[in-house]
Amino acid sequence: MSGLRRAAAELLLGELRAHPWPALVGVLAIAIGVAMGYAVQLINQAALAEFSRTVNSLMGNADIEIRGPRTGFAESLYPRIARLSDVVVASPVVEAEAWVPQHKQALKLVGIDVFQAAQVTPGLIGRPSSPRLANLDLLGTDTVFLSPTALASLDLKPGDALTVQVGLRPVTLRIAGALPALGEGLHLGVMDIGAAQWRLDRLGHLQRIDVRLRPGVDAAAFAETLNAQLPAGVIASTPQDTRQGTASLSRAYRVNLNVLALVALFTGAFLVFSSQALSVLRRRSQLALLRALGVTRSGLLRLVLTEGALFGALGALLGLALGYVLAALVLRYAGGDLGGGYFDGVRPTVHFDAESALLFFALGLSAAVLGSAAPAGEAARAQPARALKAGDEEAALAKLRPPWSGLVVVAIGMALTQAGPVSGLPVFGYLAIALLLVGAIMLMPWLAHSVFSRLPASQRAVFHLAYARLAGAPGRAAIGLAGILASFSLMAAMVIMVASFRQSVDDWLQAILPAQLYLRASPGGDAGYFSEAAQRIIASTPGVARAEFSRVSQVLLDARRPPVTLIARQIDARQPGRRLPLVGAALTLVPGDPPAVWVSEAMVDLYGFRTGRLIALPLAGRSVTFVVAGVWRDYARQYGTVALSRDDYRALTGDTHVSDAALWLAPGAGPAQIAERLRHRLAGGDNVQYVQPGEIHVASMKIFDRSFAITYLLETVAVLVGVFGIGASFSAQALARSREFGVLRHLGVTRRQIGAMLALEGALLALLGVTAGLGLGWCIALILIQVVNPQSFHWTMSVHMPWLLLVQLAAALVVAAALTALASGRRAMSAGAVHAVREDW
Amino acid sequence: MEAPPREAGQPVLSLTAISKAYRNGRARVVLRDISLTLTSGEYVAVMGESGVGKSTLLNLIAGLDRADGGRIVFAGQDLAELDDDAMTALRRSAMGFVFQAFHVLPHLSVEQNVALPLLLNGVGRAESAARVAAMLAAVGLAGFGASRPSELSGGELQRVAIARALIHHPPLVLADEPTGNLDPETAAQVLRLLRDRIKAVGAAGILVTHSALAAATADRTLLLTSKGLAPHAPASPIGV
Ligand SMILES: Nc1ncnc2c1ncn2[C@@H]1O[C@H](COP(=O)(O)OP(=O)(O)OP(=O)(O)O)[C@@H](O)[C@H]1O
Ligand SMILES: [Mg+2]
Repeated sequence: MSGLRRAAAELLLGELRAHPWPALVGVLAIAIGVAMGYAVQLINQAALAEFSRTVNSLMGNADIEIRGPRTGFAESLYPRIARLSDVVVASPVVEAEAWVPQHKQALKLVGIDVFQAAQVTPGLIGRPSSPRLANLDLLGTDTVFLSPTALASLDLKPGDALTVQVGLRPVTLRIAGALPALGEGLHLGVMDIGAAQWRLDRLGHLQRIDVRLRPGVDAAAFAETLNAQLPAGVIASTPQDTRQGTASLSRAYRVNLNVLALVALFTGAFLVFSSQALSVLRRRSQLALLRALGVTRSGLLRLVLTEGALFGALGALLGLALGYVLAALVLRYAGGDLGGGYFDGVRPTVHFDAESALLFFALGLSAAVLGSAAPAGEAARAQPARALKAGDEEAALAKLRPPWSGLVVVAIGMALTQAGPVSGLPVFGYLAIALLLVGAIMLMPWLAHSVFSRLPASQRAVFHLAYARLAGAPGRAAIGLAGILASFSLMAAMVIMVASFRQSVDDWLQAILPAQLYLRASPGGDAGYFSEAAQRIIASTPGVARAEFSRVSQVLLDARRPPVTLIARQIDARQPGRRLPLVGAALTLVPGDPPAVWVSEAMVDLYGFRTGRLIALPLAGRSVTFVVAGVWRDYARQYGTVALSRDDYRALTGDTHVSDAALWLAPGAGPAQIAERLRHRLAGGDNVQYVQPGEIHVASMKIFDRSFAITYLLETVAVLVGVFGIGASFSAQALARSREFGVLRHLGVTRRQIGAMLALEGALLALLGVTAGLGLGWCIALILIQVVNPQSFHWTMSVHMPWLLLVQLAAALVVAAALTALASGRRAMSAGAVHAVREDW
Repeated sequence: MEAPPREAGQPVLSLTAISKAYRNGRARVVLRDISLTLTSGEYVAVMGESGVGKSTLLNLIAGLDRADGGRIVFAGQDLAELDDDAMTALRRSAMGFVFQAFHVLPHLSVEQNVALPLLLNGVGRAESAARVAAMLAAVGLAGFGASRPSELSGGELQRVAIARALIHHPPLVLADEPTGNLDPETAAQVLRLLRDRIKAVGAAGILVTHSALAAATADRTLLLTSKGLAPHAPASPIGV
């Protein structure tokens, strides 16, 4: 038996030596799939690890964290907390994101009480550069300690001055030392809390209190009881909750990327499947010979599976190496958020991770083994006597023809699109896409048969031969078809989804930017603002016909979720659609109604804020009842935005500061001219950011394109995999067809005619593939647009078909298929007609 | 629809002092100074030891390989002067092939296989269908037209191949051990059929074979040796 096995192994090895290309292509395909998946995983892990390190060092060893709105809560809460009997230490914190005009970047500034913080967040205690003044510097009113990363990125050193913008004023601080305990990756500065409140215009307010509890006190239970007593909008939570909140910041995005990686892996797996299937088919008579020579069914199965496993292992190993390199390159050049803008100020590096390496190795391996299993099973079951004969593999493939199982899979996929999200993720949406894909692939033998058997008869030899081949071997055609379908449908889906999204964002930007000039108190951070005096000056500037001001801040509604953005702006309650891109009908308010808010789509999904409902919002430490008067589309913030009238906001909070202004200009006044005028009239007018809607538009679209760059990359990979697949299936077939070409040459068919025949076959196959792929891609795009996007990002969009691009891509794929078919045929013909007919089929 | 028998006695093929060597690594002379004239309607058998160059000779005549020396004139044309396309066109219209391994295309039906040369030569659909039906009947495969090659026996496949080789009435038919894969009984039937069909269309034919019995179905037998091509004395019945 062992001799027989050796003989069998030698036969397979000989085959590999004779035709290494299909095997190599299969191995590469798996490698690409595994590499993409692993790389995305590594990048995510690196970014997340860095991010949670940030969170950890900021929170230190606090048991409880008390947070409120971005504008802070009254500091009178602090002594109440500190006096609680279970509290050992309470460390008050002031936070601001201040703009550093000189370096055009925002810097997080944290104000701490050194004596309290030393026991909770020791990492935030600065190390003064001059020991003599150490204690004075730690408590200084103009001193700041910068993290090593901040020092490096601002190119400053202890002793230098740091100027930040507060309101419209410059505030100059002295760098008194560093924060060596923070290590790499954190971009922040620490000040004394009193100094921070004073210098950063945060008098009387705190952003956070870090609390350490008496040993043995249950933090979660403590937080729960405390929450009942805290002012509205101020929430006590455990570090785990906070971490969950920060992790959920980018979760949907990361899941999306992972799914894209899985798509790459899937197409890779499919490629392996088809190349294994083709190679087993091609060797069907050899395998039958082995059976005839006495290799048992299970022996044969083992043999082919071993081969598949070897290819899979090889490809997966290669893929892991490739993925690691890819991840390192991406982190080096694009950052951890892959252009998504989620992890600002975090600079992660890649670390090898055995666990996910093992996972992706296993995925790649099983894809290859599964790919071999089906054809191997068929080969083992086949009657050796029949299988030894030429043409019998078509009979074997014909068994795959009935469409019913494929239709059932597609139907299940369709049904799953109706299911809701699972803990905030569109699990069923993705599953539906996978099922649709698999079902459609299962339908390919049926499609190939029904379409190709209807090809018209032709008297042109080339057409006749190509048609006859496609009609006579639909099973083989179906394998190539499935590859094209898989790659083109995914490509088309992505293209349609991105184009729809892009167009919707474009329309949305038009709608939200009705004015001619926009002012922002500071280009970044949250420390800049326009005071009432500044607002009056702006509004009364000659050439300004109308000025609308808005206040953007954040409130915390749920400790486990990222904060919600609050926008107070001028909104005409009778015509909210003039300022907000409303989705659906708005509520008409009647006298006696509570004040109105208009919420973004995410608020409906995440907090159930439906039109007409009465909801409570924490404003200035009080819970205020509002009525939801309408829902609008907000592509800028996916965790929820609440817009309310500025008058209501001012009346409820007393907050008169604003962060943004929109200016309508008088006839004849130009935006540049007005900006220039404001620069002179406003104290600190140079610090204001003046932008025209066109610039915002361009910048926003640039950000959009950047955050989709990774999608384009993955898309390119899918296309490559697809073309790879066509190549693999054609070269596998061309090898098997060298005898056919030899006979045709004998019968007087020219080389050019054979080439034309192959190109025509490839083109027809690809044409059917892209046509089916376009249909499937459209369905997948609809799922992405109407299920996956709303469920993961909580926004809707309208469908836009980028026809020109789709047609171009389809044409490119058809041409690529024709050329690939031609090229692989050339190799088969190069063997020579004489040689080809000597062999048996 | 039988073709009118060609006028016998016209020279169809003439080989003059053909030589051929394969050089991979060291040169190896296979054919040396081979001459042969074939007139239409003439059916010769070529015998010879394995490896002596019989298949090589057929390949040279078919223009699938080039001779090193000598001249091959077929249908009045010097093959050396034809480029690949012209040679292919000549093969398409003027030659028929029967292989040892049948080589009936598996993805085409029997009918389509037989009709292939007509299609390649631009014969109309209706005429083609009639001629294929007649030819299938003539080789004893009436009713097999729609079958797939994988459903046929070896002997039946070789009949299909013979039908395909002769459907377009080529002046020359080349058969390389057409019965090498068949049992003696079937072989005899196929050989008889081949001869009948060749004679029916008035073609010239070359039959390469190892079997004296097979050779006996031809008009005359030539023996290929390393010294050249010479008439072969009819084998004594004992020598078979
Ligand atoms: N492509 C080639 N390259 C090199 N040598 C070749 C090639 N084709 C044939 N030969 C050699 O030329 C010689 C003649 O081969 P050929 O196939 O013509 O023999 P044959 O007479 O048909 O033999 P058989 O009866 O076994 O079919 C053989 O020795 C063979 O090894
Ligand atoms: Mg031979």
